[in-house]
Amino acid sequence: MPTTTFTMDDLTRLLRECAGEDDSIDLDGDIAGTEFEDLGYDSLALFNTVNRIERDYGIRLSDEIVAEVRTPGELLAEIAEHL
Amino acid sequence: MTTSTRTVSGDAGTGSGPVVVTGLGVAAPNGLGVEEYWRAALAGRSGIAPITRFDPAGYSVRIAGQLDIEPKKHLPGRLLPQTDHMTRLALIAAEEALADAGADPKEMPAHAAGVVTAASGGGFEFGQRELEALWSKGGNHVSAYQSFAWFYPVNTGQVSIRHDMRGPGSALVAEQAGGLDAISKACRNVRAGTALMLAGGVDGSLCPWSLVCMTKSGRLSNATDPDRAYLPFDAAASGHVPGEGGALLVLEARAAARERGARILGEIAGYASTFDPRPGSGREPGLRRAVELALADARITAADVDVVFADAAGVPDLDRIEAATLAAVFGPRGVPVTAPKSLTGRLLGGGASLDVASALLGLRDGVIPPTAAAVHCAYADEIDLVTGAPREARLGTALIVARGYGGFNSALVVRR
Repeated sequence: MPTTTFTMDDLTRLLRECAGEDDSIDLDGDIAGTEFEDLGYDSLALFNTVNRIERDYGIRLSDEIVAEVRTPGELLAEIAEHL
Repeated sequence: MTTSTRTVSGDAGTGSGPVVVTGLGVAAPNGLGVEEYWRAALAGRSGIAPITRFDPAGYSVRIAGQLDIEPKKHLPGRLLPQTDHMTRLALIAAEEALADAGADPKEMPAHAAGVVTAASGGGFEFGQRELEALWSKGGNHVSAYQSFAWFYPVNTGQVSIRHDMRGPGSALVAEQAGGLDAISKACRNVRAGTALMLAGGVDGSLCPWSLVCMTKSGRLSNATDPDRAYLPFDAAASGHVPGEGGALLVLEARAAARERGARILGEIAGYASTFDPRPGSGREPGLRRAVELALADARITAADVDVVFADAAGVPDLDRIEAATLAAVFGPRGVPVTAPKSLTGRLLGGGASLDVASALLGLRDGVIPPTAAAVHCAYADEIDLVTGAPREARLGTALIVARGYGGFNSALVVRR
């Protein structure tokens, strides 16, 4: 069992802080399967957020992750493997 | 090198016909938005005050034309983490200008609209914050948005992305003169076939890093009384105060603007820019040539000009040169001269664009906005400086003069 957890709430909080929030999108809804692009986030937004997650949680994700993960659910799964 | 004075003229009246202004957006220390600014300018209300953005106690400059906004009220959340303060102001002014013109580039063909902005150093405030993070905490604390948020063409980029303006995009760096150069460049784009250009400057940065850079010019005021800190053409002139803001203009070919039923604020009738000779050469500064060439470009004479918006450096030597130049071209007290920037500070790449906006609003309303009331003109034999209260006048043609630190001179003519 990992001692640290990273939840969808953590992700939305950091997305808001690092990349802002598209006013027409409800990040608190069920977004696990929604593509980042449809949530208003481009690769740079994701890059900025992933960098912050790595820093705050002391983990190192692969350099290609920004290009590979397409949804918040996929990113959470990827992070869980590194915690 | 055969000459040190280079000249660029605007080539008005050729090509696809006159270029007109159909929309304005303004962000100024004494008013956010065109009408709020204009009311303040006519009322002589100043936006110059002690700096509160940061503690200026350790710096020689304590006074500025600061423009604070509540970013969330004006801009989408996605843009906030990636924009410097001056880019936010530019985005606000761009949105206002396009709405004012009744134009939506998203509804236009793919490359029919473009952007030209004047800039100086880019997003200094943003850049300072990220550099502080880099050196105090490490590289992984630096925002990915630093990659472009500091960059001097960033306003052109952000505005063009937000409004889907995929036509010509550029940025010009010539300090104050850039605010006119950008407008002229956009006129050339319109003449070359681009249907709509958004042009001008919204600039400024009030942070320790930029202030230290700006003070190197030796032209900033060290005064601590906001009412006495920037007194262009006054015997007590001791430099200028920096400010933030500017104006953006929507430009279109007159025929096209009429076709779509747009309201026309005025025509960009002439323009020229020159470069000063090497300091110490003893040769005449390039300002007079810029003014005369701009009049020639507009195919008018000095007698046709109804008002001059002065560069108003606030530095005695430069004020003297400008007063003498205007007296030589227009005759002593031959034309009303004004400097509403005495109420905003000098806005780097944004200042001259704001003067163009003021000139167009003056033409619209038949009124010359005043220079700050505290200014007592020391060159009253040479220039008729409108001071303290607006002056009503029948205005058909206005000349805007701008000098950029480093030898840039530009002049632009607008007419109804």
